[in-house]
Amino acid sequence: MPIEILMPALSPTMTEGTLARWLKSEGDEVTAGDVIAEIETDKATMEVEAVDEGKLGRILVPDGSEHVAVNTPIALILAEGEDATALETDGKNAPAPKSAAEPQAAAAPDTKDDPARSSEGPSLPAEPRAEADDVPEVPDGTEMTRLTVREALRDAMAEEMRADDRVFVMGEEVAEYQGAYKVTQGLLEEFSARRVIDTPITEYGFAGLGVGAAMAGLRPIVEFMTWNFAMQAIDHIINSAAKTLYMAGGELGSPIVFRGPNGAAARVAAQHSQEYSTWYGHCPGLKVVAPYSAADAKGLLKAAIRDPNPVVFLENEILYGQSFDVPVLDDFTLPIGKAKVLRPGKDVTITAFSLMCARALEAAEALAGEGIEAEVIDLRTIRPLDSATVVRSVMKTNRLVSVEEGWPRFGMGAELAMVMMEDAFDHLDAPVARVTGKDVPMPYAANLEQLALPQVPDVVEAAKAVCYRS
Amino acid sequence: MATERTSTRSRRGASGRGQSKKTALPDADTLLAYYREMLLLRRFEEKAGQLYGMGLIGGFCHLYIGQEAVATGIQHALEPGDTVITGYRDHGHMLATGMDPKRVMAELTGRIDGYSKGKGGSMHMFARDKGFFGGHGIVAGQVPLGAGLAFAHKYREDGGITVCYFGDGATNQGQVYETFNMAALWSLPIVFVIENNRYGMGTSQKRAAAGQHLYERGVAYGIPGEEVDGMDVLAVRDAADKATAHARKDGPIILEALTYRYRGHSMSDPAKYRTKDEVQEMREQRDPIEQLKKKMVDAEVTDEDQLKAMDRDIREIVNESARFAQDSPEPDPAELWTDVLVEA
Repeated sequence: MPIEILMPALSPTMTEGTLARWLKSEGDEVTAGDVIAEIETDKATMEVEAVDEGKLGRILVPDGSEHVAVNTPIALILAEGEDATALETDGKNAPAPKSAAEPQAAAAPDTKDDPARSSEGPSLPAEPRAEADDVPEVPDGTEMTRLTVREALRDAMAEEMRADDRVFVMGEEVAEYQGAYKVTQGLLEEFSARRVIDTPITEYGFAGLGVGAAMAGLRPIVEFMTWNFAMQAIDHIINSAAKTLYMAGGELGSPIVFRGPNGAAARVAAQHSQEYSTWYGHCPGLKVVAPYSAADAKGLLKAAIRDPNPVVFLENEILYGQSFDVPVLDDFTLPIGKAKVLRPGKDVTITAFSLMCARALEAAEALAGEGIEAEVIDLRTIRPLDSATVVRSVMKTNRLVSVEEGWPRFGMGAELAMVMMEDAFDHLDAPVARVTGKDVPMPYAANLEQLALPQVPDVVEAAKAVCYRS
Repeated sequence: MATERTSTRSRRGASGRGQSKKTALPDADTLLAYYREMLLLRRFEEKAGQLYGMGLIGGFCHLYIGQEAVATGIQHALEPGDTVITGYRDHGHMLATGMDPKRVMAELTGRIDGYSKGKGGSMHMFARDKGFFGGHGIVAGQVPLGAGLAFAHKYREDGGITVCYFGDGATNQGQVYETFNMAALWSLPIVFVIENNRYGMGTSQKRAAAGQHLYERGVAYGIPGEEVDGMDVLAVRDAADKATAHARKDGPIILEALTYRYRGHSMSDPAKYRTKDEVQEMREQRDPIEQLKKKMVDAEVTDEDQLKAMDRDIREIVNESARFAQDSPEPDPAELWTDVLVEA
């Protein structure tokens, strides 16, 4: 049976083209790889190569034909042992060529009511329950110890490294210098240079190397001296770590933790003072955690190290030295993806994360003095965002103020406002308000820096505004 | 002197750049295996090009035609447990590692039986059981990832090495040198194979790369480099044996394979940046498959009948993969939401 040569699609967008000229004539022998014709596409003139071998039996579309649709038969090739008589019967019986668009069109599901079209996945989140989980994260009566966030993070890494030889930590100054911010203090001594690895200043390189090690089955903790420098490495965080599991259809992923201090420190100006929560929170394939207290830092970092997915773990330099109660438990972990009510209240919900929880708690104290009982929620995880806890709170308070250190546009406040539209519209008694960093690069001057960052009075003012109190 | 620490050796002989010296032929079975594998890569890619033309494969599709001797020769030097990683011109490496042509083709057509359930496409397939770690679409992204695979070999002391393939175009990316630095500092067991096919998309190496030779790009880090005729599978195998032995014992090494792609950069590239004569000359005089065929026939290790039979076998494998890739269904719409995260 003669072999049909079809008008090829020679670019992702080509639907038709001009058959400019034939380079072979009827009767010519062709072998695989021979250029047989030239075709003008929407972009360029391309050569068509034969894939099959045989004799060019008949040219069906002559030189110069315009608007030849993709997949139209343009010639017939006679296979070994066939002669021209084969052309007579077959040309007529040849099945109509399939349209290039057909497979997609035919297989495209009726998506009108398809859950796959929903922006939230096949199963919509369950209706928020009015009552929160009453199961305490720490058993009643657990002994507590005062630890700084810095110590809690170190203890989390040390415990996980003791438990699992696959876990190692790498980054700039993590070993011999004991950590640029002393978070990895003492780890080199306990775990040796095999597992506590000083890197050159080469963020792109060691982030990629870490992801490769994770693909091979290790459990790297990659420390960025600050998240500002991770912009050099964001390609590997997103393109290599976050997307691989999906691109691989589940065949392999990258269980890795990227961690380090995020956000403004003090007086280090624009390139060293940026808040990245919602940058990473935007990207599917990542989990993003931004703890406030030492206990949460410990419990969530341990969970992040065990998580089979890439986790972006955003710390805060100003919090490193602050002390909190941390439970004395052999193995204290917290679930990623759960917010926490830091202070109950009934008049207005204030959400915050990381250092901004301190601002929100101070504001709540001030508001209490004015007879407003604010409920303060520490989001703790940026992705997946525990919107149910926020919705549950707003069902009670009917008002929401979102506090974040980062820039306002396309930020957490914007996201939470949309959550309210989708899940709590009927419960709102006032428009959602956001308190954010100002929409400028971070200034150096002390007074300007102060102005650029959210302050307690800003939060108080926003809360009063949504309560219609002046 | 610092330069004495490096052992940058060229394999160039009087016969010209990258031409290897004559060596004794391997046994008939080995030769036939090389021939068969290169033929599979060639015919598979031709079929992929055809399916692309029929609209069955979409998007980008970078064919390996012309470069078959590189992946074939290197793979034969590897041991079980070694790992391989490459960029987006990756179908040849997949087949060389022993991945199933049916499932590779089904991934190209975006079907559920593809290696990535149709969610990765031409540039993104992975097979841990074959030691194949992709399939990466960002130029040079696979280089630090490859160093990470090598790091894991060293961390586990499992004796394995990594082969990290990248093109001449990738050698100008900064992350390559970040990786060279760490690979040398930590003596990682890795062979960096630069497949120099002379063009980074439409820009010739001469217009993109300063310096004479890409295999010298590791000199500053003390990484030795070798050059090999990438159109000669026997030369590639020989060089790969030496390079992998070095990596296993002494750390990173660069192998620059001088090769050529017959087709454009991707399917939509008319390749106007080079002359037809240049392409024709490579095809007629340097083709890796024809060169090996001639050597085998001259040495009388095979005959036309045996080669014809092998050709028929390969065509049937490739045709079967094309049928399979068209018969396999598209992924269920529910697959849209799977594999975003590993559910704990």
